[in-house]
Amino acid sequence: MKNWGFTISTSRTIDMDKADLKTYNKITEKVPSAKRCLMCGACSATCAAHNHTSFNFRKCHLSFRRGQFENLAEELDKCMLCGKCKLVCPRGVNTRAIIFNMRIFLNDLNYKKISL
Amino acid sequence: MENRKVIIIGGGPAGIEAAYNLALNNCSVTVLEKEAHIGGNINNIVKLFPSFVSADEIHENFSQKSQHENIKLYTNTDITQLFFENDLWHAKDASGETYTADALLLSTGFKTFDARFKEELGYGIYSGVITSVELEAMFKEGKITTPEGKIPQRIAFLNCVGSRDEKVGNHYCSRVCCINAVKQSISIKELLPDTEVFCFYMDIRMAGQFYEELYRKSQEKHNVNYIRGRISEAAATIDNRVQIKCEDTLNQLPMKMTVDLLVLMVGTEASDGTTNLGEQVGVKGEYGFAKSLNLHGADNLTIKKGLFLAGSCKRPLTLPETMADSRAAAFEILNYLNQN
Repeated sequence: MKNWGFTISTSRTIDMDKADLKTYNKITEKVPSAKRCLMCGACSATCAAHNHTSFNFRKCHLSFRRGQFENLAEELDKCMLCGKCKLVCPRGVNTRAIIFNMRIFLNDLNYKKISL
Repeated sequence: MENRKVIIIGGGPAGIEAAYNLALNNCSVTVLEKEAHIGGNINNIVKLFPSFVSADEIHENFSQKSQHENIKLYTNTDITQLFFENDLWHAKDASGETYTADALLLSTGFKTFDARFKEELGYGIYSGVITSVELEAMFKEGKITTPEGKIPQRIAFLNCVGSRDEKVGNHYCSRVCCINAVKQSISIKELLPDTEVFCFYMDIRMAGQFYEELYRKSQEKHNVNYIRGRISEAAATIDNRVQIKCEDTLNQLPMKMTVDLLVLMVGTEASDGTTNLGEQVGVKGEYGFAKSLNLHGADNLTIKKGLFLAGSCKRPLTLPETMADSRAAAFEILNYLNQN
């Protein structure tokens, strides 16, 4: 068959009818303050890793909330758990605990085995 | 009571609060209300933000105030004409009856935006798309249901419908819809704890006292999910649910979702009475709201002698703001009557 060089691109849309929104509830059970997050980005702004790599805690948190786990484990590996993010949060979110628990649940989901 | 007659157009919170305070100061007050009952927009509300005080309680308070012996209340009286003649204000109703007084207070209030103008959101086309006013009516019935009469599993709120939107000619923020969405989402979660509630917003504006706390409580205690992004369109699914599309802007990805009810937080506009009467007497301002003489120094006065303004005929206001403004208007009217 003749190859015309066209491909079908997959949809980037988050389909909230199919997304796994339940796993995030496991995080909020462990870290109730996660529900208060306003996505202001103060955590990312103060983050040493964010300033030198593509690591963005705010976005990782939001991706997890929306059930998008693709590449998340690798991203979370970049965090050094220093906890500076926790100091600047205006809503008292336990950011460090969110990262720790996201890592655990991603392991459970077999997205990628990572060292804890 | 010589030279102390006041006419008040509109028997909502602004009108009644001003009437009562003038009556206490020995003015003879005539309140002209176009509907069959006093209370105005408060009649459409069940509980008030941010305290969740019953609106019936507030209404009862207004009923009592309206019964003051110095107040004459005329309901079903739609004023169509206002004019100033021989140092007196005259108000003529649809049947030709004329009321006369030394001062006139316009407290004709607001109406909500007609959501059919935002056709892409499907209001009036899909039965699952309702307004915040209709949702409040469901709270009054004590029952939240889908058009098929089922318990909704998923409800979405959309803020800024008819506000902050130059496409409908309203550049301004209606100020009360954000906190109203928070209030209504909490009310839903109290009635239906298993229903998922999403709230779509451009900005969340929680400028009033205890608003931010209530917003925080809705997230923490009631699991209300706030998503920054304006819903661009709604469509019906084959099972008559509503599919919505938006950008999850903080995630920088498109998003779609099916919901049982889409609640449009309709904004505040000047009521027809405000626009028509304001235009007649030359105080019509931006967006049809009535224009005061000076926002900072003389917000209840107008360019016309003896004509005063109170409440949400001037701009979107909350109930406590309206009532405080009305008491200020009553004071300005007393000053005017004493000097003339």
